[in-house]
Amino acid sequence: MSQERPRAGIDLARSRARSEDEDRGEGGVVTTDTVIDVEHLDVFYADFKAVGGVTLGFPTNEITALIGPSGCGKSTVLRSLNRMNDLIPTARVEGTVAYHGRDIYADGIDPVEIRRRIGMVFQKPNPFPKSIHDNIAWGAKINGFRGTKVEMADLVEQALRSAALWDEVKDKLSESGLSLSGGQQQRLCIARAIATQPDVVLMDEPCSALDPIATLRIEELMLELKRDYSIIIVTHNMQQAARVSDNTAFLNVSMGETGQRTGRLVEFSPTDQLFTRPREQATEDYITGRFG
Amino acid sequence: MTYFPEGDEYQRLLARKKTKGHFAKFGLLTLLILAVLALASLLYTIVSDSFGLVAVVNEKEPSQIVADLGYDPARVSLDSLDKADLVTALEGAISNNVGRRLERDRRFFDDRLVFETQATWDEICASSGAPTGCTASPRGHDDVLLLVEERVVQPDIIAAEGLLPSIFDRRGFEEKVRTAFATNPERFGDYTVDQVRFEWRAWLNMRFLTTPPNSKPELAGIRTAILGSAWLVVITVAFAVPVGVGAAIYLEEFARKNRINDFIQTNINNLAGVPSIIYGMLGLAVFVRLLEPLTSGSLFGTGVDSGRTVLSAGLTLGLLTLPVVIITSQEAIRAVPNSLRQAGMSLGATRWQTVRSQVLPVALPGILTGTILAIARAIGETAPLILVGAASFITLDPSGPFSKFTALPIQIFQWTALPQFEFKNLAAAASLALLVMLLALNSVAVILRNRYSRRFP
Amino acid sequence: MTLQSQRTDQPMRDQLRGRRRPLERAVIGFLFTAAAISIAITIGILWELGSESLLFFQDEAVSLWDFLTTTVWQPQAGSFGIWPLILGTLLITVIALIVAIPIGLASAIYLSEYAGARVRGIVKPLLEILVGIPTVVFGFFAVTFMTPLLRSIFGVSVVNFFNVLSAGIVVGFLIVPLISSLSEDAMAAVPSSLRQAAYALGASRFEVATRVVVPAALSGIAAGIVIAMSRAIGETMVVTLAAGAAPRNFHLGTDPLFGHILDPFDSAQTMTGYIAITASGDLSYNTIDYNSIFAIGLTLFFMTLGLNSLSRRIVKRFRQEYE
Repeated sequence: MSQERPRAGIDLARSRARSEDEDRGEGGVVTTDTVIDVEHLDVFYADFKAVGGVTLGFPTNEITALIGPSGCGKSTVLRSLNRMNDLIPTARVEGTVAYHGRDIYADGIDPVEIRRRIGMVFQKPNPFPKSIHDNIAWGAKINGFRGTKVEMADLVEQALRSAALWDEVKDKLSESGLSLSGGQQQRLCIARAIATQPDVVLMDEPCSALDPIATLRIEELMLELKRDYSIIIVTHNMQQAARVSDNTAFLNVSMGETGQRTGRLVEFSPTDQLFTRPREQATEDYITGRFG
Repeated sequence: MTYFPEGDEYQRLLARKKTKGHFAKFGLLTLLILAVLALASLLYTIVSDSFGLVAVVNEKEPSQIVADLGYDPARVSLDSLDKADLVTALEGAISNNVGRRLERDRRFFDDRLVFETQATWDEICASSGAPTGCTASPRGHDDVLLLVEERVVQPDIIAAEGLLPSIFDRRGFEEKVRTAFATNPERFGDYTVDQVRFEWRAWLNMRFLTTPPNSKPELAGIRTAILGSAWLVVITVAFAVPVGVGAAIYLEEFARKNRINDFIQTNINNLAGVPSIIYGMLGLAVFVRLLEPLTSGSLFGTGVDSGRTVLSAGLTLGLLTLPVVIITSQEAIRAVPNSLRQAGMSLGATRWQTVRSQVLPVALPGILTGTILAIARAIGETAPLILVGAASFITLDPSGPFSKFTALPIQIFQWTALPQFEFKNLAAAASLALLVMLLALNSVAVILRNRYSRRFP
Repeated sequence: MTLQSQRTDQPMRDQLRGRRRPLERAVIGFLFTAAAISIAITIGILWELGSESLLFFQDEAVSLWDFLTTTVWQPQAGSFGIWPLILGTLLITVIALIVAIPIGLASAIYLSEYAGARVRGIVKPLLEILVGIPTVVFGFFAVTFMTPLLRSIFGVSVVNFFNVLSAGIVVGFLIVPLISSLSEDAMAAVPSSLRQAAYALGASRFEVATRVVVPAALSGIAAGIVIAMSRAIGETMVVTLAAGAAPRNFHLGTDPLFGHILDPFDSAQTMTGYIAITASGDLSYNTIDYNSIFAIGLTLFFMTLGLNSLSRRIVKRFRQEYE
C-alpha cells in the first residue's frame, strides 16, 4: 500500500496504535483505518456557531466527499482539518481533530507542521507568480528540502507527473505558472501540494472554477492520487461526489434555538450506499434535488 | 528519497522557523517603533522648547514700575495698568526725542499730546509730508504696554530650559546659571547674578499670537505671520478651488477618451510630483516679475514697489495646490455611483444639469475634505514663499493683497536659522502654533469625511 | 392631442434647446479651460526654466560643458560645475533612503501581515501625522535635536554644525510614511489566495510575508521607493537649515573618497538649498546668480520628472506581469 514511499512522518504519533490496521490487507466494505478522526467538532466565528457536533473518521487512502447545501459548513469543516481556520481572527474550534491519533489543536502543536502533512488545494487555482518549477520548489524549500538542484528537479518532475501535468509543461518549466490554462493551473496547484509529501490532500471545490473537460481530468487524477494520499474533497456537485468518492458525508443546515444556522453532519456512508439507499430523509431530499 | 527532514531533525527545523519568526517579528516591530519614536521626539522637542524656565534680567522690574506709579505691586501687575499710567511710565524712561518720534508715528491719545506742544503738532500736520501720526488712530493699550516693555523693562533672557527639566529640576537650572556667572562673567556683560530672575515662561501664549515680530526675541510674536498665512490661504483657495474643481468636473464628466484629455491627465499627475521649490521659481518669474504691474497693484493705482506681494505668493501656492485639488476632487466625483447619473439623464436632464444637481452635491463632502487637506499642505509650504519674496522682517500687518508679507513657516525658517538660543524657543513656539492649526484643519476634514460617508449608503 | 401639439411645437422646443445650449457650452468651456490651465502650468515651468537657463548659459563666464562636467561650484571664481550640488543632493537622498526603506518597509510588512486591527488603528494615524508636519518644522527638528544628538554621539569636533548626516536622517523620517503607505498598498493588492496557498504548504507567517507577499508586491514597493527618492531630491527646507550653504566642491582622484567626498559629517549644499539661499538673498534680475538658479531648477525638474515617470512605468509593467 504505502511501502515504496516512506510514510510522510508520523512525528505526532509516537504510539503505534494503528500498526495492526496497517497490516490488514484489502477487504471490508467500510475500512476502519482512518487517517483523520473528528470528534464533536464545533467551529465558531465569534458568536456564530458555523458547525456543530461533527463526528466522523476519514479513511486512509480513500476519497471522502463532503456534500451539502451552501452554508452547511462543509468548507469550514475542511479548513479545520489543517488549521487554516486559525488564520481567521474570530474563529474558534472546540472538539478534537485527531491526525494519526493526536489532536492537532492540542497545546504545543505547531500548525506549520500540520499543514505540511495535510495539504490543500483551493477552489480557484492560485499558483504563485513564479515559474512552474519555482511554484513546486517553493513549498519544498520552506519545508527544509535538503537536496541538490538536480534532486530538486527530480522532485519537481515527480510531482508534475503525479499531477498528470508533466508532459504538457516539461519544456516550459521556467515560464510563469500564471501562463497556464485554468485546468493546468489547478493541476499545478495539486503538484505543488503533493511535492511536500503530505499524507492527506484536502480539496475545496477544486473543479468549480474549471470547464468540464478540465474537471474530468482532475477527477481522473484524484482517482490515481488516492493510491498514495488520502483525499478529502468538498464539492457542491453531487454527480462529482458520486463519480469520484469512496465515502460521502452529507452536511445540512439546522436551525438552532437562537435562530442560528449551524451546520451538522446528517449522514456518513460509503458513497454508493449514500446515493442509492440513504439512511436519512434529509439526505434523500437533497440528493433527489428537493432542496439545496 | 528522504529529501525532507523527519523526526528530530524536522522538529529542529520547526523550532528554528519559530525562533526566526519571533526574531523577525521583533525586528519589524523595532523598526516600526523607531518611526513612532522619531515622531515622538519631534513633538517633544517642539513642546519642550515652547515652555520652560527662563533666567531673565530686567533693566527695570515691572514691579518697580508699578510701585513708582503708586500702586501696590503685590496686587497690581504691569499689564493691568491703564494706558494713561503706562504712558506716564514711558515718559519717565525715554528721552523727549524718542518720545516725539514715537508720537509722530502714532499718537498716544487723541485728546492730548504727550511729547509735543499742540502748536508744533498742528504745524507739522499741516505741512506736506505729514507723519503718519497725524491721521492714524491712537495707540491702543497693548501697543503702549509693548513699548513700555521694550523701552522701560527691557527684558533680556540669558538662559532658557526645556519643559521637563524645568518641572523636575528647577534647582539644576538655577545652579547652571549661577555657575555660568561665576566662571564666565564677561559673557553676561554688566549684569550681576543678583539681577537675574527665574520665572516660568510660556513662549507660546496669547501674547505671542497677537504681537508682531520684534528684533528682541523676548518681545517677538507671530501676529503678522499668522495674518500673512491667513491672507495666503484665502488667495490660494480663491484660485485653486474653482479652477481645480472645475477641471476635475471636466475630466470626470465631460472629457471624452482622446489623446488630449489623456495628456492633460498625465500632465496633472506629473505636476503633483514636481518639487514645491520649482513652483516657487515659476511664481517668481511669472507673478513677481512678468506680471508685476498686476501683482504689485500698480495697475490699480495702489502701488507697492515690487511684485513681491501676498497676491503673488497666494497665486503661486494656488498653482502648487491645483494638481492636488484636481486629483482629490476627481476621486470624489468618481466615487459617485453611476446609477445617480443615469437616473438624472434618463429623466431628460442634460449632462451639466445632472452634474450640477445630482453628482456634485453627493461629491461635495469628498471635494471639501480634499480641499481642506490641500489647504493644510499649502499652509506649511515654505520654499515657494522664499522664492517669491516673503519679507525678511516686517512688523506691519498685511493690509490687502498688494502688501508685503510674511508667513508662519517663513517665520519659523528665519528664527531657526538664527544662532541665538532665544530664537530656538521662538521657532519652537511658532511651530507648535502651526501644528495645532494643522491639527484643527485635519480634524475638521476627518470629521467631515466620517459624517458624510456614513450618511451615504 | 397634447402629444401631437408637442411634437409640432418646434419653435418652442428650439427655444428651449437654444436657451440651454449656449449656457451649457459656456460652462463646459470654462471647465475645459480649468483643465487646460494645468497644461499652461507645465508650459510655464518649462518656458521659464528654459529661457532663464538659456540666459545663464549665454553668459561668457558659463559653458554648458563645464556646467555638466566640472566638479567645482564657485561663482565668485567663475566656476559653475553642477556636480557638487548634485553630490550634496545625492548624499542626502541616499542617507534618507537608508533610513527610510528599512523602517518604511518593516512598518508596511508589520501592519499588513502581523498587526491586528487595534494596532493598525493606532499606528496608521501616527504615520499620517508625520505626513502632515511641514518640512520647515522637520528642519527645526534637525537643527535643534538631530545635530546636537549626533554631535554628542560622535563628538563635537567630528560633526560639523552643518552636516549631511543630520539632514539625511531627518529627510529619511520625512519620507518613511510615503514608503510605508505605498508598500502597504502594494502588499494589500496581493490576493489573499496566494497567502492561503503558502500557509497551506506549511509556511510560517514570516515566510509568507517575505517570500510570497513582498516578492509579489515588489514592483509596487519599488515604485513607491522611487517616488520617495524623488521627494527627497526635491526637499528644500530640511537641507537648507541643516546641511548648510557651502557646496561640496571636490576633485576626483585627488580628494579622499571617505574623508571628503562622501563625508557625512560635513556640510554640503544641495540643488534645492542653493536655489533657496540664492533667492532669499539680494537678487537682482538678469544677474548671473539669478539665472543660475533656473539652470539648477531645470536640472532638478528633469530629475524628479524622470523618477516619477520611472515609477509609473514600473507600476504599469507590474500590472502586465501579474496578469
